[in-house]
Amino acid sequence: MGEHTEHTQTTGNSSEPRIMAFVCNWCTYAGADLAGTSRMEYRPNVRVIKLPCTGRIDPLFIIKAFENGADGVLVSGCHPGDCHYTTGNYHARRRWIAFKNLMEFVGIDMRRLHFSWVSASEAIKWVDLINNVTEEVGKLGPFMEYKGLGAQAVE
Amino acid sequence: MPRIGVFVCQCGNNIAATVDTKKVAEEMGRLPGVVYTCDYKFMCSSPGQEMLKQAIKENNLDGVIVSACSPHMHEKTFRKASEAAGLNPYRCEITNIREQCSWVHHDRTKAVGTVKSMDLTRMTIQRLKKNRPLDKIRIPVRKRALVIGGGIAGIQAALDIAEGGREVILVEKEPSIGGNMARLSETFPTMDCSQCILTPKMVEAELNENIKLYTYSEVEKVDGYIGNFTVRIRRKSKYVDEERCTGCGECIEKCPFKVESRFELGLAKRKVIYTPFPQSVPNVPVIDAPNCPKIQKDRCGVCALVCGPKCIDFKMEDRIETVEVGAIVVATGYQLMPNARFGEYGYGRIKDVINGMQFERLASSSGPTGGEIRRPSDGKVPDSVVFIQCVGSRDEKKGVSYCSKVCCMYTAKHTMLYHHKVHGGKAYVFYMDIRCAGKRYEEFVRRAIEHDGAMYLRGRVSRVYERDGKVIVQGADTLSASQVEIEADMVVLATAIVSRDGADTLAQRLGIGYDRHRFYNEYHPKLKPVETVTAGIYLAGTCIGPMDIPESVAQGSAAASKVLALFSADEMSREPITALVNKATCNACWDCVTACPYSAIEKDAVKNRQGEIVRRLARVNDGVCQGCGVCVAACRSKSIDLKGYTDEQVFAAINAF
Repeated sequence: MGEHTEHTQTTGNSSEPRIMAFVCNWCTYAGADLAGTSRMEYRPNVRVIKLPCTGRIDPLFIIKAFENGADGVLVSGCHPGDCHYTTGNYHARRRWIAFKNLMEFVGIDMRRLHFSWVSASEAIKWVDLINNVTEEVGKLGPFMEYKGLGAQAVE
Repeated sequence: MPRIGVFVCQCGNNIAATVDTKKVAEEMGRLPGVVYTCDYKFMCSSPGQEMLKQAIKENNLDGVIVSACSPHMHEKTFRKASEAAGLNPYRCEITNIREQCSWVHHDRTKAVGTVKSMDLTRMTIQRLKKNRPLDKIRIPVRKRALVIGGGIAGIQAALDIAEGGREVILVEKEPSIGGNMARLSETFPTMDCSQCILTPKMVEAELNENIKLYTYSEVEKVDGYIGNFTVRIRRKSKYVDEERCTGCGECIEKCPFKVESRFELGLAKRKVIYTPFPQSVPNVPVIDAPNCPKIQKDRCGVCALVCGPKCIDFKMEDRIETVEVGAIVVATGYQLMPNARFGEYGYGRIKDVINGMQFERLASSSGPTGGEIRRPSDGKVPDSVVFIQCVGSRDEKKGVSYCSKVCCMYTAKHTMLYHHKVHGGKAYVFYMDIRCAGKRYEEFVRRAIEHDGAMYLRGRVSRVYERDGKVIVQGADTLSASQVEIEADMVVLATAIVSRDGADTLAQRLGIGYDRHRFYNEYHPKLKPVETVTAGIYLAGTCIGPMDIPESVAQGSAAASKVLALFSADEMSREPITALVNKATCNACWDCVTACPYSAIEKDAVKNRQGEIVRRLARVNDGVCQGCGVCVAACRSKSIDLKGYTDEQVFAAINAF
């Protein structure tokens, strides 16, 4: 029995876009926390996965997110020069540049994939980012090409 | 089947107002592997924690999820509680349903918050199923420190560590400790004589039983990691046996050869066998080998003849010593920017144009003029002196972009010293801005202007040239919008403070970062000002950037306190979030080695039964690894994983999306 069979669909409105965010622990995660402590409000479509650093992000994570039903994916970390691990975000940026074309080649609409820098103090930027990404991905509608690919592969 | 417990916190009304916590708990209870769920008003309270512990024991849970506030708030609390109940702390995970859910989605019907909380909790549950128990990393600590640089910052660090009862090796590349501070005459703003406050500390460092002085020595190689560094030190040959030398000075007196003194910055000569200055610590002379005719051509040898204890050995060679230390304090200090770059000010061309440090030597009672202000060309007491500030500092084009911080203060001090020593002498200061932020600093500069009559002119100097034995200074006074020409006897340039030659080489040896000016990078410029990115290596003083004596001393003490904290236990324990290499699949491409910001990955040798090296594989040094995971994503053969954030865990969370 694959893990996916345990999956219970809990997103109320199926027409709402589903966004997965991969964020670093030190800047963007803390920035998102600050949005909470400042009681700001943003669209509820995002599900955050915390990693130590954006440099940890494997391009496969993004593909897998789309396979598992994400309509959009967001990657966000510390601003260049501010990485907690000194250079991790540079690796992420380089990887982003290198894999962008490949992602496009494998059929991912680049309007569904967003890359941003949000520092621990930029709660407002986080709020705007989530609202904008939700808005943009929402306009594109559900991303059907990749959905269910993962399930097929397991079976 | 796993036995997972899910605890949903209401956080009073903080979460419960927009999330139906009861429903979240119930729904999660339906998932395979979840055997216990509940929701509670305050999970972080003592009763809440007790409940968690009870539930772990009663239900024999092998993993717990607390859906509550941000892990940055209470992850430690709940992991500790889990550990107390016999669970491995890394089998406890937090779902953030407050900062990133209930507080940012204000839907009072609770529909939005409940759905999101369930999604997030479910992702965490699937992730937790892949969590392996982890043990804290324990690293033995060698309780001996190395301090590189014997200036005031290094001396202070060494003294503080020694007073904390730990051994210190203080390495200084010159024949004496003391650094740049030993050159200064008086210090601002108290006008304490520099030597008078510094030399007792130097002697204290020499006499302290916990401190070993390695003067005339340099660090050549650094291996290892926090708690366990191996350092190779070159102890340059002094040609004098340090143990037997009594410091009588007979050899210096009888040596017939003189060369320019580096300590006196070319203002005086010294013998070929010498101590840099009279109060040198240790008081042991060294022979300047390149200039010694005995060593070069086997002629002379007078020093050996007059030496009572017979401690001069012309055949002495450099010694290499390898020491093991647990922590390193880098306090290598600064130097002044070579004035040669500033031809318009005549430095090097006009003898009576000197820099601020040379003026310090002229004003110092142990200096070449015995503390009398006399100009270098003819020894005349100058009737007027022009001080030019910001020579190189704040000058992106020809010099450096930053402010050297101490020049405004020491120039004010120079004008005062000059006025005190040469009554009726006139001091002019060309400045850009007067920057004197610091305790009693502003008052000090006012005193120089109002009490000691220094003439401050706001503007830059365009030209300096000689005419009839005078130094003519042409410049602008922007406050009166006029051109001024001053006939001076001497000009003093407040030259920029720059990093030491070779600062970058040493940084590379130590594996610490430096900026474009080759000043060393702190871990965090505000919150970790004396740490570096390399654990176990600390910074103090002007190797970080321009600063004054009190700051350098404070940093020396700060670095020492970090070292003493590290040495307070026999082992240090660290979060086990580090990378791990799968030796079976590693194909030694070394992409991880290139990617690692901490040089934590080593090329480990694999030997066969005969003890021959058959191949090399990547191995992560747990002492150095900081757990960023850059190597994991860089690995082509998927042979590295990050404990606590394994591919398995991340994919499990994605799959539960």
